[in-house]
Amino acid sequence: MPIVNMTYREAVRATLVDEIERDANVFLMGEDIGRYQGTFRVTQGLFEQFKEKRVLDTPITEPGIVGIATGAAMTGLRPVVEMMTMSFSILALDQIINHAAKIHYMTGGQAKCPLVIRGPGGAANQLSAQHSHSMEGWYAHCPGLKVVAPAFPEDAAGLLRAAIRDDNPVIFTENPGVYTVKGDINTDDKDFVIPFGKAKVVREGKDITLIAYSRMVHVCLHAAELLEKDGLSVEVVDVRCLKPLDTETLYNSVRKTHRAVVVYEDWKSGSFGAEIAARIAEECFDDLDAPVGRVGGLNVPMPYSRVLELQCIPNEQDVINCVHKIG
Amino acid sequence: MIPAAELIDADLIGLYRTMLTMRHFEEALMVQSTAGNLRGSLHLARGQEAIPAGVCLALRQSDSITMTYRGHGYVLAKGCDLGRIMAEICGRADGICGGKGGKMHIFDPEHGVLGANGIVAGGIPTAAGAALSAKLLKEDRIAVTVFGDGAINQGVVHEVMNMAGLWKLPLIFLCENNHYSEMTPLDRSSAVTKLSDRTAAYAIESVIVDGNDVLAVYEATAMAADKARTGGGATFIEAMTYRTCGHYNLDPGLSYRTKEEVAEWETKSPIIRFAAWLTENSKATTQQLLDIEAESKGIVDDAVEFALASPFPDEATALQGVFV
Repeated sequence: MPIVNMTYREAVRATLVDEIERDANVFLMGEDIGRYQGTFRVTQGLFEQFKEKRVLDTPITEPGIVGIATGAAMTGLRPVVEMMTMSFSILALDQIINHAAKIHYMTGGQAKCPLVIRGPGGAANQLSAQHSHSMEGWYAHCPGLKVVAPAFPEDAAGLLRAAIRDDNPVIFTENPGVYTVKGDINTDDKDFVIPFGKAKVVREGKDITLIAYSRMVHVCLHAAELLEKDGLSVEVVDVRCLKPLDTETLYNSVRKTHRAVVVYEDWKSGSFGAEIAARIAEECFDDLDAPVGRVGGLNVPMPYSRVLELQCIPNEQDVINCVHKIG
Repeated sequence: MIPAAELIDADLIGLYRTMLTMRHFEEALMVQSTAGNLRGSLHLARGQEAIPAGVCLALRQSDSITMTYRGHGYVLAKGCDLGRIMAEICGRADGICGGKGGKMHIFDPEHGVLGANGIVAGGIPTAAGAALSAKLLKEDRIAVTVFGDGAINQGVVHEVMNMAGLWKLPLIFLCENNHYSEMTPLDRSSAVTKLSDRTAAYAIESVIVDGNDVLAVYEATAMAADKARTGGGATFIEAMTYRTCGHYNLDPGLSYRTKEEVAEWETKSPIIRFAAWLTENSKATTQQLLDIEAESKGIVDDAVEFALASPFPDEATALQGVFV
């Protein structure tokens, strides 16, 4: 088996290539994804390989792109739309929430919308207030959307393949901070699919559970190593898929460790991390030895200066402080 | 394409029947609304019947269409089951969407109906997507998106017109210009009142038609459809018309229009006009028209009977069907 060590970015790209080759109805559309090869280089080489019918450059027009993709998805195609950053999907909210997400339900099951909207979500280096949104919680709030936020290359490959093959609209968010994370991929397995709704224990421990998705999983893993030096055995659960949410894996971990901290980059208030904390409080109250802790982004628009930006994004020390706080 | 002058009598009679059925259908909706069998806003299209009838005669079943919440006529003219449409609007289990869509969200993909829409201009990109899929999949079908003059100021209209022009999509933009965007007259909502002028910016040809002349609407649509089917790209049709009812069931439509203006347009009713044309041109006798009137009323009565006999949806279905 050809196991290839590749970056997250390369894993996403390789999966796109596989799926375009597998299914004639799959095509990509987005801003500067073709001839320019994508601002984050995820679609590098794809235009040259597949040409315009499969890799369609669009004008800068997010509502139009998503709306057209929705109509195309309702009539036989399987569009994969790249948002240059997920922050720009805010412009397309009407088409995503009012149309793509609701079509199947509103039609009483007569229509389906196999659409993937993917792209970098969250803060990168000094992209500032309008380019740094974590949108996954907004979308996980809406019925009709599946939401995925993988942290590792292998998960990105398996979950993106699942997303493209799913008959529902899927939001697939790639934190810019994980594009360079490396991992092993079996490039021969063209049907490597990770089913939605499966969280993963990425580090076992017995004293406390850290729950995170996307880049924050890496922050948690590092924090867990540091906490271990203080004698704490820390379990880390990677949510991977916000919707459908694998609550059982989360609850089982909490029932084992009796303590939980939810860690996320999104604004702390009203986020999906808050939802996870609430569910644990509802379902695992008797198993908890401490209130569920939350580490989230500061509730401010992302400031520009690197010093200020770093203040807003949770880091290892924030996680460690929260772990100590809940005791 | 078949020019309007060469339409066979059956098609001409069919246009009349469609318009009358639409009128009776909407009158029945109003009755059911007053009776409490349906609640919420009800947007009728009295006086605009020529446009759905004319447009849909130029289309095939496989052609896609999206329209506004004032779009009952298109559903009917596209050949959908009237009983199931009425049941849907009455929120019944046998409704075409199982009672989950309702009057602003009628869908019937089998007949190419990709949705009425509750969001002004919301369905325009959907139709463009259907046009894009036809082009990429090399399928012999086109798409039509119907919207009002009120939609023209939504940004997404311009985004989609740009892409339709850029990619030569097999798409027809059908603007029902009834001179009022909801309750605001066009000259107070649009800097340019000749709406078809706007398409020059997107390399899309436009044509203005008398929207109360069903044959003119048919012919303009047939020409645009022919062009779209043969790789000529998109067309913008501005169909001039007037809604002689209010914007919705609770709006008498007279606080922002004069009684005289509405009354004048009632005399320009496309149904009255076409009835006169049919008899003057010996396409139908007065008796035949009366028979069609009775027939279309019967069709609508049957639809109402079917709808009211249908049970309400099982409560458990509220949680079903969010995902495929």
